[in-house]
Amino acid sequence: MKAAPFEYTRVSTLAEACELLSEHGGDAKLIAGGQSLVPMMAMRLARPAWLVDINRLEELKHVELRGDALVVGAAVRQCVIERNADAVRSLPLMNRALKWVGHVQTRNRGTVGGSVVHADPSAEIPLVACVLDATLVLQDTSGRSEVAAREFFFAPMVTAIAPEQCLAEIRFPVWDAPRVGCSFEEVSIRHGDFALVSACAQVALDADGKCVRAALGIGGASPFPHALPEIGAMLEGKVLDDMLIEDAAVAVAGLIDPDGDLHATAEYRRFLARMLAMRVLKAAAEDAAGKGAK
Amino acid sequence: MSEKLYPVSITVNGKAHAAEVPSRLTLVDFLRDTLRLTGTHVGCEHGICGACSVILDGAPVRSCLMFAVQLDGCSVTTIEGLARPDGTPSVLQDAFCEAHGLQCGYCTPGMIVASHALLESNPQPSEAEIRDAIGGNLCRCTGYQQIVDAVQLAAGNLAKGAK
Repeated sequence: MKAAPFEYTRVSTLAEACELLSEHGGDAKLIAGGQSLVPMMAMRLARPAWLVDINRLEELKHVELRGDALVVGAAVRQCVIERNADAVRSLPLMNRALKWVGHVQTRNRGTVGGSVVHADPSAEIPLVACVLDATLVLQDTSGRSEVAAREFFFAPMVTAIAPEQCLAEIRFPVWDAPRVGCSFEEVSIRHGDFALVSACAQVALDADGKCVRAALGIGGASPFPHALPEIGAMLEGKVLDDMLIEDAAVAVAGLIDPDGDLHATAEYRRFLARMLAMRVLKAAAEDAAGKGAK
Repeated sequence: MSEKLYPVSITVNGKAHAAEVPSRLTLVDFLRDTLRLTGTHVGCEHGICGACSVILDGAPVRSCLMFAVQLDGCSVTTIEGLARPDGTPSVLQDAFCEAHGLQCGYCTPGMIVASHALLESNPQPSEAEIRDAIGGNLCRCTGYQQIVDAVQLAAGNLAKGAK
């Protein structure tokens, strides 16, 4: 046994989980899929005194279209969202992103919400949440509150969630336009490993091929998943030709301030961000252009 | 001080096992140390190598990344559960021998569990699909090619009606 000893409780409601969190505060940890928490416990980087198991809570497993958003319960497994028909249709960027998330064995167990609250700056799901400007719904004993994904992530594994709060659901805005295209790319040492840098983009084109909406973000190059609304503003109203995309990619490299580490220098990360931004914008534009007329 | 024990009942390879375990006992340690089913291997113990792969309620997962106490009432299939009922190797296991899909054997149970789960859901996978399915399993001997060959051989043999 590698983890430090802990008390274990499997709760039957989210309210019960919130009660336990309120009682034990920072000594308690929630576990759902456990694909990030259990390795940290094995290395004793995490040693919660209490483990509160929310893995079986059906109230955290909904996937539904509500208004202009796809609402995903925090404990929905990554393999479920990968195959869910509503998610594939309305949230294609998430589907592209999931191909890069871990491996079959970890996606079968890991949850969408777990990846968000774990807040690894190179993780794909948090990046999608930020790029699409998702809203996170948090619950504690006093009720629910909302926070924008773009304001949730502060630093590696540091977020706006309080020790007594549980992520209940994530609302991903759905782009209601006929010609929406997207792309997700990353560079890692080995497929399924943490990204050195990742990039994703989603664009919407009008009937004449002009960009009406664009969103782009970079992962792994900042201490948090980095949405870059400046790039969207730069592209909207224009035709996404190669020249404009190259200018946007150069702008991306100027907007980030990566750190270097054992795996990649800061310069290499900046270079990757520029190249990947170019690739995802081109691919997203092509994807959108292939849909609908002209 | 003795550690608090939690009752669990887990069905492994079709047989129900009840035990009292410490909360921090991982599923792989439960399988190997409590049940003495040592076919499932322990590699990295933090979810990188895939040697501990088992099938949980129909889907391949890493047994080092879950605590046994979480799995009360669940059903697990290990490498021991994949052989034919008389204990002889399955078509897939035969194919690993035939195609030399192993050398030291450390990764093999995980590779076979991952490949078995693939063939259950996708009986005629492409080479890319095979590589994706075993992408979470590390092998330091074969260079992977013979493992891919073995899965392709098994898929072909199963299509021809091998049982």
